[in-house]
Amino acid sequence: MTKLTMTVNGRKMSGTAEGRTLLSDFLRQDLGLTGTHVGCDTSQCGACTVHIDGLAVKSCAVLAMECEGAEVTTIEGMANKDGSLSVLQQAFQDHHGLQCGFCTPGMVMSAAALLQDNPRPSETEIRHHLEGNICRCTGYHNIVKAVLAASGQPVPEGVTATD
Amino acid sequence: MYEFEFSRPTGMQEALAAVAGGAQPLSGGMTLLPVLKQRLNMPDAVVSLTAIPEMKGVKAEGKLLTIGAATPHAVVAREAAAHYPALAKLAGGIGDPMVRNRGTIGGSIANNDPSACYPSAVLASGATIRTNKRSINADQFFEGLFTTALEEGEIITAVQFPIPLRAAYVKFDQPASRFALTGVFVAQYSTGVRVAVTGASDNGVFRWTEAETALSTRFTPEALGGVSLSPAGMMRDLHGTPDYRAHLAGVLCRRAVAAAI
Amino acid sequence: MPKDGIGAPTKRREDLRFLTGNGRYTDDINLKGQLYAHFIRSEVAHGQLNSVSTTAAEAMPGVVRIFTGEDFVTIGSIPCGWQVTDRFGAPMQEPRHPVLAHGKVRHVGDPIAVVVAESLAEARDAAEAVEIDITELPPVLDMKAALAPDAPKVHEELTSNLCYDWGFVEENKSAVDAAFASAAHVVSLELVNNRLIANPMEPRVAVGEYNAWDDQSTLYTTSQNPHVIRLLMGAFVLGIPEHKLRVVAPDVGGGFGTKIFHYAEEAFVTFASRQLKRPVKWTSTRMEAFVSDAHGRDHVTKIELALDAEHNFTALRTDTYANMGAYLSTFAPSVPTWLHGTLMAGNYKTPLIYVNVKAVFTNTVPVDAYRGAGRPEATFQLERLVDKAARELGVSPIELRRQNFIKPDQFPYQTPVAVVYDTGNYHATLDKLIEISDHAGFEARALESKARGKLRGFGIAHYIEACGIAPSHLVGQLGARAGLYESATVRVNATGSISVFTGSHSHGQGHETSFAQVVADMIGIPATQIDIVHGDTANTPMGMGTYGSRSLAVGGSAIVRATEKIVNKAKKIAAHLLEAAEADIELKDGKFSVAGTDKSVDWAGVTLAAYVPHNYPLESLEPGLEETAFYDPSNFTYPSGGYGCEVEVDPETGEVTILAFSAADDFGNIVNPLIVEGQVHGGIGQGIGQALLEHAVYDDQGQLLSGSLMDYAMPRALHVPFFRVDHSSCTPCTHNPLGVKGCGEAGAIGSPPAVVNAVIDALHRGGYTGIKHIDMPLSPARVWAAMQNS
Repeated sequence: MTKLTMTVNGRKMSGTAEGRTLLSDFLRQDLGLTGTHVGCDTSQCGACTVHIDGLAVKSCAVLAMECEGAEVTTIEGMANKDGSLSVLQQAFQDHHGLQCGFCTPGMVMSAAALLQDNPRPSETEIRHHLEGNICRCTGYHNIVKAVLAASGQPVPEGVTATD
Repeated sequence: MYEFEFSRPTGMQEALAAVAGGAQPLSGGMTLLPVLKQRLNMPDAVVSLTAIPEMKGVKAEGKLLTIGAATPHAVVAREAAAHYPALAKLAGGIGDPMVRNRGTIGGSIANNDPSACYPSAVLASGATIRTNKRSINADQFFEGLFTTALEEGEIITAVQFPIPLRAAYVKFDQPASRFALTGVFVAQYSTGVRVAVTGASDNGVFRWTEAETALSTRFTPEALGGVSLSPAGMMRDLHGTPDYRAHLAGVLCRRAVAAAI
Repeated sequence: MPKDGIGAPTKRREDLRFLTGNGRYTDDINLKGQLYAHFIRSEVAHGQLNSVSTTAAEAMPGVVRIFTGEDFVTIGSIPCGWQVTDRFGAPMQEPRHPVLAHGKVRHVGDPIAVVVAESLAEARDAAEAVEIDITELPPVLDMKAALAPDAPKVHEELTSNLCYDWGFVEENKSAVDAAFASAAHVVSLELVNNRLIANPMEPRVAVGEYNAWDDQSTLYTTSQNPHVIRLLMGAFVLGIPEHKLRVVAPDVGGGFGTKIFHYAEEAFVTFASRQLKRPVKWTSTRMEAFVSDAHGRDHVTKIELALDAEHNFTALRTDTYANMGAYLSTFAPSVPTWLHGTLMAGNYKTPLIYVNVKAVFTNTVPVDAYRGAGRPEATFQLERLVDKAARELGVSPIELRRQNFIKPDQFPYQTPVAVVYDTGNYHATLDKLIEISDHAGFEARALESKARGKLRGFGIAHYIEACGIAPSHLVGQLGARAGLYESATVRVNATGSISVFTGSHSHGQGHETSFAQVVADMIGIPATQIDIVHGDTANTPMGMGTYGSRSLAVGGSAIVRATEKIVNKAKKIAAHLLEAAEADIELKDGKFSVAGTDKSVDWAGVTLAAYVPHNYPLESLEPGLEETAFYDPSNFTYPSGGYGCEVEVDPETGEVTILAFSAADDFGNIVNPLIVEGQVHGGIGQGIGQALLEHAVYDDQGQLLSGSLMDYAMPRALHVPFFRVDHSSCTPCTHNPLGVKGCGEAGAIGSPPAVVNAVIDALHRGGYTGIKHIDMPLSPARVWAAMQNS
């Protein structure tokens, strides 16, 4: 076991890890940040997506020890400072972009990375960007819609949500 | 995973010493970590190559594009675009965005997965694989399924691509893994055309010499009219038969030429 | 009315925790002193289990105990919840299903031993030191071969690999055969309904906890129905009475049927935690899920349709082989029978129907309900066959359907397969579908595709399903070993806020939002004053859980009944407070008033009086305001709809691209249209997955070739377009208080035949007229091969 320190959601956090400890396990087990989910073992599903130094990565395919000193952002760090939902998170709620919620943290982290690089992505760009995130509930319709809405673009017709 | 000792040196010499001592080199980990998770490999030590500055970067000098072995696909997709667009496009189509932020060119070609994208670019470009010990020509590098010319203790430091006149890569996705069900890279040089096919053969990436001959005469899709690939030795799995893959290679090759011109 | 009552597209309240990483899923639960279980599973499909030696492994670091099949010999068998009676009146063959294999292993993934250790890594390390001696036996894989007299047997104690041979309606068989003999046209089709793996994104997890001082066991599990698990595991496997066993299903990351069933891992962690007096946790990996979660579908069918000279359907006959896998999973026997045979009338007036189903044991993972369960199998056969009939007769598939539909004035409609459809309007959903899919513009779009060298096709499918499962007395006659009512307790608190305890379970369906809307609407207070509690047997009344699109129709109805009791009692209290007759009390917008006067008391005034009964009719009324209701439906509900798919086929590669997908559904009344739309989207996504991508494939040794997400293709965002969804043609259900029918499975039922019909249409338009059918999934390789052979 080695001591490991990284900045997670803006706070310096330390724990211990073995060489083989995955970042996803370190976040969930050691730091108690269970918002990062593990949905597969072959890096296909993307539920475990977090940002390391600003880049979206699959935390189930990164060794924790690789992140010594890194800036890590997880879903727990995505809301506004006052605790309200960010524009992207709010768009997911407004457009019913989630059902069971299990893939959602990865979807949000992945979509946030897209909007960082490409503030007004087309539908096709969104669909291609999300190819590393599997959702079993929504048929992706409302996820793509939410990302369009979060980037201030028109969305296809459908039911408009109320509070 | 089995437990191993982990190190992440910032200098090349330290990394090489670890590898010489038997450590398993780890680059982006997109292939190696799933393998370790399944306990299919049992290294005592793992050395990460991702913190060594000289192993990273995309550099164009004249007609040569040099890519550091630990350069992630996303960086190649961005930085090679102005110099070698077909290669940048290939890099930008590997896996998914998260994979592209971690996975590296060195890791991909050292693994030589028979369905990986990069080996086709390396082979079709006649690239040179530079290691800590020597330079290896692409034609000598890929030796078959998950097998390369790399020796014990040898790691890739960079890959040097001669920039072609025209080139394109067309990939047909395996829908589950997002690897190539079949992919064809076509590159035209003043000396002739090179064609490499990935995802199709039981023996990994290969050069399709018949197509090369036809295209070296005339670089058009129509030039491939009478050319076809034999299904013998092609892969059979859930996603395609040998017949289908051989056929697909022809279709993709024509499409790659069309995209290049 | 509150703005967030019935019919309002209210945003989901549960999203706030899910969007911020604050959901609480089973794997997020870690208990003090927790141990970790690692299952050692069979790597062969069929074998004699000679010995399991744990001596070396027991000495490994961190190992607490290793369990084998020997430990479970005196423990109950994992029970099956449905007994089907065969054509000859005999009960199905029902083998023992041990928690851990004993004597034999019967499928790849069959659990043999479990290492329990201080850490998961130590458990996995030690598992490699467990020595297992197996003599391989020839695997039984193909269903027809499994029924040969000399086939090896999956279970020695059974007479054969045939679970049952079911005929429905058996008395109709000769009349059906006679109708075929005199038919003007007979159309037939042989097809496979591909084997699928549900793959909810959250893998299964089970944590067992035991408090020796109180002799209390708690199981935290990824379940759609915690009460059912408590009953099955407590009563039949481990012998723990209900008051000593609590089952909690917290946030659950999708179910789709595969989390209905009681699994060996649940019984194991509960048993082991009692033995070891420490919590025991098991978390499935995805690859483990592929060989331990129940699979879905896997039918091989021949279906035939008889028509008269005017193209009226006169009889239908089907012959299906249904794979049960190696053991009977909880509801497996009901899926190919009562959830399938009873739906074979579809939307049509076909007067005579006979369905035969042979259920077969094989050396594969057990097969059970997956989104739709039986109904997608019925719809797929029927809608493929009707399309083929139209093609062979040279008529429009749309008109052939319209001609044979049950007409709107024929409801209630008694089908020849037992069920009575209460309402529906298939002509209306078909018309709506044609409108929203812009069918009129199709030919122009097809020309545009052709100009680009692509083949465009349009396919439709209509479906009917039986949801709201189910009238208990009826399913009891059909072999169910459980009642299928639902429960609700409405607890009104002193200040007027309300906690609703439901026996159903939400794992993506948004019950916390929509159920609150129902109660808000009935009382006239904002839904924000109402919370929905589910998933814990310690605080919810005995309920049957969520599956078969039943939660709103049955669970929602129970909430209505309990709320009615609340309102009735509250009116009595109000009458007392207002010194008026109870009959004169009206409840509107959360206020009780005396008809024709300006006297009123608000909701909170009444609820406070109920708990602070100073001014209260104590002589005639108990204090407090809490009511429970159990609702048992009188019939199934019958959602229906028309689905249309437009595809483009690349003739060079066989690749199919879905360009447009439209759905016009009749779900009866709708409580939350936002959620309903989302349910349809999700179902269509899964249906497209079945049609184009997904396939669980075994090789001839019984190894699962599609054993991970590297080979089992799940639909991704780029495989689907935006969907067009319409719910304007709804006919309310006549027999439940909400008039709702259920929407959870429709998308997955209606979409596969629509996709396949569209591809066949495209291929025929492209000149490949020899192609009669392609089995799902319509992968590029399969479509290309069909074109080569055409």
